[in-house]
This record gives sequence, structure tokens and C-alpha cells, in this order.
Amino acid sequence: MIAIEDLQVTFQAGARTVRAVRGVSLSVAPGEVFGLVGESGSGKSTVLRALSGLNPDWTGRMVVAGEDLPPGRRRPKAFHKRVQMVFQDPFASLHPRQTVDIALSEPLRIHRMTDDMDGRIERVLTDVGLDRSFRFRYPHQLSGGQRQRVAIARALILEPAILLLDEPTSALDVSVQAEILNLLRRLRAEHDLTMMLVSHNLAVVGHMCGRMAVMKEGRVVEPLSVAQLRAGTVADPYTRQLLRAAEGYDRAVAAETLDGSPGFGGGA
Amino acid sequence: MSGTQPTPGLRAWLMTEAPASRGQARLGELFRSWLRFRRNPLAMAGLITIALLILIAAVGPWLAPHSPTAQNLDLRLLPPGTEGHWLGTDGLGRDILSRLLHGGRITLTIVIMVAVIVAPVGLLIGTVAGYAGGVIDVVLMRLTDIFLAFPRLILALALVAALGPGIENAVIAIALTTWPPYARIARAETLTIRRSDFIAAARLQGASPARIVVRQVIPLCTSSVIVRVTLDMAGIILTAAGLGFLGLGAQPPTPEWGAMVADGRKYLLDHWWVATVPGIAIFVVALGFNLLGDGLRDVLDPRGER
Repeated sequence: MIAIEDLQVTFQAGARTVRAVRGVSLSVAPGEVFGLVGESGSGKSTVLRALSGLNPDWTGRMVVAGEDLPPGRRRPKAFHKRVQMVFQDPFASLHPRQTVDIALSEPLRIHRMTDDMDGRIERVLTDVGLDRSFRFRYPHQLSGGQRQRVAIARALILEPAILLLDEPTSALDVSVQAEILNLLRRLRAEHDLTMMLVSHNLAVVGHMCGRMAVMKEGRVVEPLSVAQLRAGTVADPYTRQLLRAAEGYDRAVAAETLDGSPGFGGGA
Repeated sequence: MSGTQPTPGLRAWLMTEAPASRGQARLGELFRSWLRFRRNPLAMAGLITIALLILIAAVGPWLAPHSPTAQNLDLRLLPPGTEGHWLGTDGLGRDILSRLLHGGRITLTIVIMVAVIVAPVGLLIGTVAGYAGGVIDVVLMRLTDIFLAFPRLILALALVAALGPGIENAVIAIALTTWPPYARIARAETLTIRRSDFIAAARLQGASPARIVVRQVIPLCTSSVIVRVTLDMAGIILTAAGLGFLGLGAQPPTPEWGAMVADGRKYLLDHWWVATVPGIAIFVVALGFNLLGDGLRDVLDPRGER
């Protein structure tokens, strides 16, 4: 479904050149949930943004649903109908002056899916677990979890095949995180979605994904399966460190943890 | 200043957290803004002043005791308080109150015409420049700078001199000199939101840049532009009055307030009321628009919400 070969993304930050992604290759099968894990600045979000088309300056090869995507140009409408994205911060990803109704009808208007608009909107709201009373509310009348549900509904209303998730739970309360993750799991099964999930949280990735890639400084350190993750049979020292860090704060672990090189300044 | 107090049922319907329809959601939002606006007595004073001006513009000509252009040289320069001419008469014996009531309509027309031209033009130029960036931004903003660099009244003067005097040309001249600050505001606002996630989401939905500007960017910039318009109304009235004063706006015997002030200049020392009465009218209306603008800023500024 998704194949990326030797993806390179470079940012120009003033006089400095930041190589955010340095030769990442990965492939995601249809119906699979693939995870990208790594610390902030490891380039995992950049991979996702390049894939979504938000970041046009990249080199390498990208194939989505059998279609070769050229870098640089605006993606065709058909691509956007097929690939949708959910952002990290639901407080920033919803227009503050638009009701849920407008946020959901806008994509339908863009793609001229205006037949049965009311039906589509109500179905997708039910799908994400919001009853119809939410339809005409403004974002400021919603909680963080409800907002993220709206953002997921907005992505799903175009009936995409691929859903890109950029840290979909890290801006939410712990209690709400599990709800959203379970919602995403259910939606994946019901709609036969292929997902790519970016997270710094190994527990989240372990809960959601079958396979994952661990990233550090713009490179894939180690591809992992969820079985390997559970068994703790990882080869790379960095992955092991990440795994131990995920088990909670421990004085011994903290003392052992390698001092990461801070010379890497690219965005997450 | 209680305004219309909705019945409890209506109030609940407006304030509900879960509106049942698009219209109800919009009305609820308006009602909340109105409640916030009502808490500000100065803004309410401004609103009442402007409402009165609109009322006068609508019915003033029927309230006026005399014709605004009827001259009577026997009764020239009567002081205020004279029987039949409560605000006195001017140098040609015309009743100042009648001229004031007739002139309200002209002043309001000028102000509204300018606002209707200026706000959309500035908004569009600013948002397009801010969202597109690059060459388009540079070209549009340098154009804005050129207009900003000229003193407003001088540029308006030059335009009116070229187009010929008259109210329509005065409106065009004022509009051409007033839009640049709006473009600046709209651009600055656009720059702060163009990188936000909801714009990225719209791009990922396949929305064209034009659609993003119209549907996503402009709704967020309108409130600051509306506020700026009401704050500028005072300036527009004064520019119109200035052009009238110089004989380049409304032509005699049209009872435009600025022209009336200019007319009274000749008698200023001996017959103060001829210039002062229309001057006070301009002052009150300008102040009203200013107060209204201040109040609207508090209500519409998204940062002030919640």
C-alpha cells in the first residue's frame, strides 16, 4: 500500500542545512498498522508530512496504492481522498470559528460528495462515538478527546484507504488516550484502513501496530515486530534504551542512558 | 440599557450547548457576543449614537422644520435658541438644524460607501499576500507601501482634483487612500495562522489555495478588520469633512457637514455657531464610531474569548 525508498528530506534553516530524514525505506501492506517510533527530532513526523504532501521538498521514491508520487508538485485531489491525516494537537487542528458541521461538510464540498451530505455527516459522527447533538457545536465547546474525535471524523468522511496519524494521543489526557486508541483500532477493523502511526510512546505503538521502525537522527535504526517488542528481543542498543525508558523512570536506567547528541536541531 | 430581554425559553434555546441546527448555532454565537458587548457601557453608548445617526439619516428630512436650501437673507446669522431656528441660521439665512438633519444622510452614505469598498479590498489583498507569500506577497505589499507612503488627505486631494469634485469622487478618493492599513492587518493576521494545523488539514483535504483563503483565512481576519473599520469611520468622516472644507467634496448647496464647517469659517469669530454646530455633530458621530469599535474589538477579538 505504501512503499518508501531512500527518502531524504532537507530543511534550510537560515544558513544551516538540516538533514531531517537521511535515507529511510519502508513498506506498509494493505490493512496493516505500521508504527514509526523515536524521540523528538528523530525525523519520524517529517516522514509522515512528506508522505502526506505537506512537505514537498524531498528526494527518493514514494509509491502509494500503486501510484508513483513525484516530489514537489501539489498532489492530485484523488490522492487526498485516498490519504488522510490526523494531527497531534486537536486544539490547533480544528478551525476555531467553524462548527463541527462545517468542518465535516467542507471536505465533502471539495470532493463534490454533496449527495446525502447530512447522512454522511451523521454516520461519521456516530462512527467516532459522538451523538448528533455535537454536530453544531464550536470547537471551544468540546473537550480535547471530543475534538480529536471530530478530527478523526473529518479524516474519515472522505472514506480514505490510508490514515496517517501524527502522535494522535500525545496531546490528550491519559484517560482519554486509551479511548482514542481503541476507537482507532475499531475504525481500522470496520473500514479496512491502512494506518501509519507516528509516536514517541512505545506503549501506544505496541498497542496499535503489528510492525514498526525505530528512528534516530533521520535514519531507521531497527525494524521491529510487535512480538519482538513484547519479548524484548531487540538488537540495537538504542532500541533497548528506548524500551527500558518506556518501563518507567529508574535511577539505574537514567544513569546508564547514553547522553544523546544534541547537535540535531530539526523539527520532530 | 437592557435591550430586548429574551423570554427564558428563548434564552435557553440560544444558550444551549448542543444546538440542533446551523441557524441555531449561529444565533447562539451572536447572542453570546451580544451579551458580552452589553456589559460594556461605553460601547453601548457608541452603539446608541450610531443607531441615532442611522435613524436621523432615515427620517431626518421629514423632521427638519425648514428646507435645507431655503435662503432668507433677512434672517441670516441668527444665534441658536431663536424661535423657529433652534440651532440658528447660517450666512445665507438657512436653518442650521434642517441642514444638519439632511446632511446626516450624506455623511452616513460617504462613510458606508467607503467602508463597503475598503474592507473587502484590504482584506482580500492582505490575505492573498500573506497566504501566497513569495513574489505575490512582495508585489502586493510594495503596492500597499506606496499608497501608505502618501499623506492620506494629499492623495485624496490629488485624486479629487483629477476626477473632479463631488461626493462620489470623494468616496473613491477616500477609499483609495484608506485600504492599505487593512491589507497590512489582514496580512499580519494571515501570517500567524497560515502555518497552523487546521490550514494543513484543509490542504490535505485537497482544498485549493483560493478556497483556503476564502473559507479558512478570511473568517479569522474579518473581526479585526471590522473593528478597524469602525475605528476608522471617525477618520473617514473627518477626511470627507476635510475635502468638503476645501470645496472638493460635496458641492454647495448640499448640506454636507464638512462643507457646513467650511462655510462657517468666514463668521467664526462673530458667529461661532455656524461652524461649531456641524463640528459638534461630526465630533459626536466620530466618537460614537470610536466607542463602538472599541467595544466590538473586545467582543470579536478571539484572544479575549473565554
